[in-house]
Amino acid sequence: MKETLPESILECQDLVAGYELKAGFVRAVDGVSFALKRGEFLGIAGESGCGKTTLAYAVMRLFRDNAKIKSGKILFGGKDITHAPEEEIKKLRWEHISMVFQSAMNALNPVLQIGEQLTDGWLAHKRGEVREAKARALEVLKLVDIPEDRYNAYPHQLSGGMKQRVMIAMALMLQPEVIILDEPTTALDVVVQRTIIEKIQELRKTFRFSVIFITHDLSLLVEISDLLAIMYAGKIVEYGPASEVFYNPVHPYTRGLMASFPTLSGPIVRMGGIEGKPPDLIDPPSGCRFYPRCPDRHDGCDRDTPPLRQVRPGHFAACDGE
Amino acid sequence: MTRPRSGKSDPAISRLATVNDMTEEILRLESVSKHFPIRSFRRFGEVVHAMDDVSFILGKGEVLALVGESGSGKTTTASVIAQLYPITSGVIRLADPRSPNGFQSVSRKLSGKELLSYRKRVQMIFQDPFGSLNPTHTIEHILSRPYLIHDKVVRENEGEKRKAALKRQLQQLLRSVGLEPPQQFLDKFPHELSGGQRQRVNIARTFSIEPEIVLADEPTSMLDVSIRISIMNMMLAFQEERQMSFLYITHDLAGARYMAQRIVVMYAGMIMEIGTSDEVVQRSAHPYTKLLRSAAPAPEEGLMRKRLITQGDIPSLIHPPSGCRFHPRCPYVMAQCSKTIPPLKEVESGHSIRCFL
Repeated sequence: MKETLPESILECQDLVAGYELKAGFVRAVDGVSFALKRGEFLGIAGESGCGKTTLAYAVMRLFRDNAKIKSGKILFGGKDITHAPEEEIKKLRWEHISMVFQSAMNALNPVLQIGEQLTDGWLAHKRGEVREAKARALEVLKLVDIPEDRYNAYPHQLSGGMKQRVMIAMALMLQPEVIILDEPTTALDVVVQRTIIEKIQELRKTFRFSVIFITHDLSLLVEISDLLAIMYAGKIVEYGPASEVFYNPVHPYTRGLMASFPTLSGPIVRMGGIEGKPPDLIDPPSGCRFYPRCPDRHDGCDRDTPPLRQVRPGHFAACDGE
Repeated sequence: MTRPRSGKSDPAISRLATVNDMTEEILRLESVSKHFPIRSFRRFGEVVHAMDDVSFILGKGEVLALVGESGSGKTTTASVIAQLYPITSGVIRLADPRSPNGFQSVSRKLSGKELLSYRKRVQMIFQDPFGSLNPTHTIEHILSRPYLIHDKVVRENEGEKRKAALKRQLQQLLRSVGLEPPQQFLDKFPHELSGGQRQRVNIARTFSIEPEIVLADEPTSMLDVSIRISIMNMMLAFQEERQMSFLYITHDLAGARYMAQRIVVMYAGMIMEIGTSDEVVQRSAHPYTKLLRSAAPAPEEGLMRKRLITQGDIPSLIHPPSGCRFHPRCPYVMAQCSKTIPPLKEVESGHSIRCFL
């Protein structure tokens, strides 16, 4: 991962972030490193509670109250933004990094017309006058195939798929370099999901922005990502080119996840899935966090935390077994 | 609005019956429609066409999957079979050896004893494991209700007290759904359990009285990916062991193929395709099924698949499109598609589609 340093647009180095509770600090993101190049598509997969949304919020610096970045670094275009003042981050958000939040249904303000919500960011960033903002909003609506007359519609007048596309349009408004999509299609039907994903891919080719796509649907992610990171209990346990990870998964957790999705073709085999449940992140197990559920555990797994090691060029896994 | 045709003359049904003749049929829907009136003064008299002209047969010991997008009418179908709402037209027939003609016909809402004996045979697993367990009761209370209501407490011997027998049955039940040690779970409240455990309790409640038909409404869609498959395996194990008939509702075609012998594809309240799992998934004949098939992730088929792409959303069910309900989104739309509703026609033995193609 390290050799991609110069051209990477967004980078995380050993990031530790989480939530301060009475019972202790929840290490929701625990030592995560990745580098995202310009125009690249990074998929992050994992179960709920594995820290994937916390990671996105940390990168966007959307932490409030008890949420904290404990250590590590976030670099944007080579510049350390981990502890940059809020004013600076405000300039960065939407302009350089934007985010499409989980459940578009609730992310739009129900009492404002979508046009107003779309132009808000543009005006706040002082890109120009109201008239120009509207022109740009109509332009991005067209990009996501929403007819112009919907500009004055309220969110409840749109279907779920349309709302999600409005969210994507909003993320595109200021032409950011990075767009983070947090489970953008989970609440949608497969057909609508596919149209939205095709749309994102098409726009990415045109505007060359980078994407971080977060979901629990590994089979979908494999098809659409360049790079794939599998997260478990706050750590990236496997990382590499999507096809590499899919065809030659190394970590037992990745293999377990793959065995959790029935296939559409081939013989129907009874699948195993993964027994047990993810650990408590306030007091995680010592050693490898997956070992209590791991089918291939051996002596020592509960002692030493296996580091990410390169198994094939560009393909890393945090497991010392074979 | 189009009146649903009478079910008796539907050729697709009689043919389906012959396909299944090796297994006995247990449930049959004949041209069942369910329209919900809109309770609004401005739109008085309008209805939501949640289900129109739905006919299929469920065999004894068969797992039949009902696949469709949200709003396709699949949950309504399960709900009318479970007698949660009365149907608007058509008839539901439940095989009944005690009845002179071999089945019990239901076309109105059942009540009292009739409903109780119907529910003894037909049970439903709900989608939401968080909303379907009463938060104010312990698991013991929740799970003992079906035994008491349906009088299924069985004493092992004369000496055993009823209470002790119930407790023994509950422990057995919890063990069978993988919640061990059972005593620990009996005293818990729903909020103390994880989503997966709650869904196991839900399934246990459904299976407790050993119904003949289980209507499973997206039982795994709200669970985490890693536990979905173990819940699916558990349901399959139960189904095989007790020869229950399963109506498995899902929006996931791959999951349907994993669970079911046959698949029914629904769209906007109507059946679009029906056939064995392999016919529907591998040799999809209806454009909508093809679209679903192409949209579903299938990395095992190569990472660079060509896909069918379409625009638009599921139509309004208050004013459904004239003719074929899929025609506004169909890539192969023809002139007649917007005029008449295509009948279900057979493309190969036991495999039917509602399409002119």
